Amino acid sequence: MSVIKVENLTKHFGNFIAVNNITFQVEKGEIFGFLGVNGAGKTTAMRMLCGLSQPTSGSGTVAGYDIASQSEDVKKHIGYMSQKFALYEDLKVWENMRLYAGIYGVPRSEIPAVIDRMLAALGFESEKNTLVKELPLGWKQKLAFSVSIIHRPEIVFLDEPTGGVDPAARRQFWEFIYKAADEGITVFVTTHYMDEAEYCHRVSIMVDGRIEALDTPARLKQQFSVASMDDVFTKLARKAEGGEQ
Amino acid sequence: MQALSDVSFEVEKGEIFGLIGPDGAGKTTLFRILTTLILADSGTATLNGWDMVRDYRKIRDNVGYMPGRFSLYQNMTVEENLNFFATLFHTTIAENYDLVKDIYSRIEPFKKRMAGKLSGGMKQKLALSCALIHRPLVLFLDEPTTGIDPMSRKELWAMLRGLKSQGITIVVSTPYMDEAMLCDRIALIQKGKIMSIDTPQGIIGRFPQKVFAVKADNMSRLLSSLREYAGVRSCHTFGEFHHITIDNEQLTIDSLRDALVEAGHKNLEIKEIVPTIEDCFMELTSETRA
Repeated sequence: MSVIKVENLTKHFGNFIAVNNITFQVEKGEIFGFLGVNGAGKTTAMRMLCGLSQPTSGSGTVAGYDIASQSEDVKKHIGYMSQKFALYEDLKVWENMRLYAGIYGVPRSEIPAVIDRMLAALGFESEKNTLVKELPLGWKQKLAFSVSIIHRPEIVFLDEPTGGVDPAARRQFWEFIYKAADEGITVFVTTHYMDEAEYCHRVSIMVDGRIEALDTPARLKQQFSVASMDDVFTKLARKAEGGEQ
Repeated sequence: MQALSDVSFEVEKGEIFGLIGPDGAGKTTLFRILTTLILADSGTATLNGWDMVRDYRKIRDNVGYMPGRFSLYQNMTVEENLNFFATLFHTTIAENYDLVKDIYSRIEPFKKRMAGKLSGGMKQKLALSCALIHRPLVLFLDEPTTGIDPMSRKELWAMLRGLKSQGITIVVSTPYMDEAMLCDRIALIQKGKIMSIDTPQGIIGRFPQKVFAVKADNMSRLLSSLREYAGVRSCHTFGEFHHITIDNEQLTIDSLRDALVEAGHKNLEIKEIVPTIEDCFMELTSETRA
């Protein structure tokens, strides 16, 4: 079953074509890596998939809802973790959980149990009353991920979730992603760490608004006759011209 | 909160010196002290023989600093920004054009564009040009590659090598462990402390264990399996492989291989590898935890 289905999706800003006719599908429970050079159109594409931006042309469904005509329904059935802002720093750990549970429409009666379950899953029981700003970055990111799936969405969008996170915490974070995927949550993730591209089931690489490659990491390496995802990325990015303008 | 504790090191002229560590390690605090923007609580530092406190004006005239956050004037054009910084340091673009040429020429076609309207890669080239326009002795770059795609990261490092060849000393911080290999010497920093300083090869050479890369069809199950053996002393995911070190008194690589095959792992591959800086970093941080 496809959780994301996109056909000929396009977005223009004046004369500039940010996303150019992209077509792809993401299956349930899949970890899908969405890669590309800066300025290739990843953020624009993601914003359309999250119901935050209307496509210029083309169509798509996310969690079964049309991204153009049912964008409010899309928002209710997805989770989203932004790189820049995901948590309220001057609220406590449990207060952030309480807030997001409310925002994502978890029934009021279920919220205390949901918070207890999350604290246990994170091993954060002793940090329940800690202000988020006092947590190390690696912990914050794990917490941000957990609140983004507090309502058990069908799919969660993660925008560079591990930027700047220390090596050990980065790996723990990916174990959380795997666990969520095992539980049937589809994961759509962007990253600039090429070792993390290897952890994805499939990877797409955007160049100048188009998806230039899409396959499993193993097949991409085979297709481009190179040894690493870093080399695949470099080969494709060399072709990019418009990204810098 | 102690951001830095008891940090000592020296950087040689013409070196690319890397501060490698995650967010919160203390890298930015160290930069701000070395560029005389904040004072250390204790300890001393000199730059080109000038004292951080007494000779701060001299230091400010002779360092270039590119902070992690874009801090040029968004509502001034590319050219106006560069002119502004040249004027602040009593020089002109023309006077030092040869130094910034390789970098600035790539954004020069857009010199009438507002800095705020530039793409990420172009903003970075402008910021680097502005930090260089007074021909500093030392260039400080705080996480210039954070949030930048792998291709642009390679480009930036090529520019840094170009600057080094012109005699500029570069102190650069990064959370990307692989960039350590591009520095002449590095300091691994975590929680305000420098854990190790050496050439990248030196740090790798001192790694106390043999490292093996392990791969099989089901990587997630392989990870659980590896963690069950008492003789596996560390096990981390590393892209398409897991990296492990083993305790030779409890386990040999051959017996591990047999056990994994026995456990049903298909297409098993185990090979000894040269450790990466990231292996070293994790080994050092696990030692400090213990």
